[in-house]
Amino acid sequence: MNLLEELAAAKLARDPAAMAALFPYARYLGLGARLDEAGLVTVLRHDPTHIGNPVLPALHGGVVGAALETAALFHLMWAGDSARLPKIVTITFEYLRSARPRDLFARAEVTKQGRRVAHVSVAAWQDEPARPVAAAHGVFLLT
Amino acid sequence: MPRKTPIDLVRAIVPRGIPHAGALGCELVSVEKGRAVVRLPWREEFVGNPETRAPSGGVITTLIDTAAGMAAMAALDEMVPIATLDLRIEYLKPAAEGRTIEAAAECHKVTRTIAFVRAWAYQDGRDDPVATASGTFMLDSSDAVLRPPPKKRP
Repeated sequence: MNLLEELAAAKLARDPAAMAALFPYARYLGLGARLDEAGLVTVLRHDPTHIGNPVLPALHGGVVGAALETAALFHLMWAGDSARLPKIVTITFEYLRSARPRDLFARAEVTKQGRRVAHVSVAAWQDEPARPVAAAHGVFLLT
Repeated sequence: MPRKTPIDLVRAIVPRGIPHAGALGCELVSVEKGRAVVRLPWREEFVGNPETRAPSGGVITTLIDTAAGMAAMAALDEMVPIATLDLRIEYLKPAAEGRTIEAAAECHKVTRTIAFVRAWAYQDGRDDPVATASGTFMLDSSDAVLRPPPKKRP
């Protein structure tokens, strides 16, 4: 099976973890996906190698960014029926609070979807969704 | 012994003082006042799309965030804790698999509270970037723990 067929199989099986496992960098970071009552949640399982500032300690802005960006991609792939993988064009990360050395969760929503591009907003949290640690707005090419 | 400057500190902490940058394999190429260059040799784990084998955007994000933070730090006269406020990345073209990616960052303005940074990520020189970025960093951030404790008033 090629990648798009494997992705279609994971979606047919309603198995977001199988979708996440298709992507090497997501696997390397420990990024998974699951479904809850509100939809798809991307999870960054904590690992000591994710730390950016060992004094605080806090997660590296880059790994938080990777989680937000991957959450947007997972959301588009899970929700869309595109025959190609979405491609990131631009993304803006906002760092709202320092992310502590524990699991991080992210949920994305499509703000506007056109034929060729989608605007996606993502929020990441650790304790509770109402206290986001980071947010992102990205533009993705769909065709 | 003279006090360590922010530039000395950048030299001291990249990469081992930044565990995630160290885990990915980031190396400091150069640092001077307000400028830093960081490179990331290729690793198989960086593949984002297994069909094109291009590295994940997240790899470039981490490289750029690291270089931008170091440029902001290297722009300071005295070391204060910094924290990323925001970072915008433009992915101009896919990076090629199997090759080192380098990021150059320049801090073009420092105010009392904010450092403004631009960055370029490239494989064939800065004139042919795979991504460009701009970001802001908060100086003396509220998460400060590197700062000495305030003096107690009698």
